[in-house]
Amino acid sequence: MATYNLDITKEHCPMTFVKTKIELSKLRTGDILNVKLSEGEALENVPKSAAEQGFNVLSVTETGTKGIYNVEIEK
Amino acid sequence: MAEEKQTKKLSIIAFSGDFDKLTAVFTLATGAAAVGYEVNLFFTFWGLDAIKKKLGRSPVGKGFLPKVFGIFMGGLKSAPVSRLNFGGISPKIFRYLMRKNNVATLEELVEAAKVLGINFYACEMAMHILGLQKSDFIPEIKDVLGVASFLNLSEGGQTLFI
Repeated sequence: MATYNLDITKEHCPMTFVKTKIELSKLRTGDILNVKLSEGEALENVPKSAAEQGFNVLSVTETGTKGIYNVEIEK
Repeated sequence: MAEEKQTKKLSIIAFSGDFDKLTAVFTLATGAAAVGYEVNLFFTFWGLDAIKKKLGRSPVGKGFLPKVFGIFMGGLKSAPVSRLNFGGISPKIFRYLMRKNNVATLEELVEAAKVLGINFYACEMAMHILGLQKSDFIPEIKDVLGVASFLNLSEGGQTLFI
């Protein structure tokens, strides 16, 4: 199982979840994707839409930087 | 609850060839596909300009008048904005602003739509008027359809006309 990182802190709707979805589609089952994102629209929708599509959202944690979060998603 | 989970579906009739309206089409389409919707894009009339292989102004089409239209309208790269186009300067300003503000440009959205497996369809009747053939379009065009087929495809989902 490999772990991958994706930084979408500078992206805006719809590219926040578009890039997450495209990245997840490249992974194998069991792989982990760490998505670094900003609070607001991305934080609200990326974990939710990943969970809705059957991915496992393992954790949502705030990073050292205020307003920046890490979302850990398992395929 | 009778039905637990149905596939969500969004079908958009892309009528306009305007830069801003096409941006709306592809923003909605990619966003919906990324959150698990099945997405159908049905390009008709000016919307067909967005899916031409030739991105700039080019005499695409069979016959004299379609060729003239082709040169005037062009493809995705020459799409005008619906208001304050200023002879084609505004789309350039928009592209600059989108890049500057880290918002996906129209071209990036179209590429994302292809990667996400969004279904692209072209309108048979509009192609006939404009003298266009399937081979004039990008290879992602899945099929050439009429109204009845589009209604079948979009049934049970949401439909938008842009």
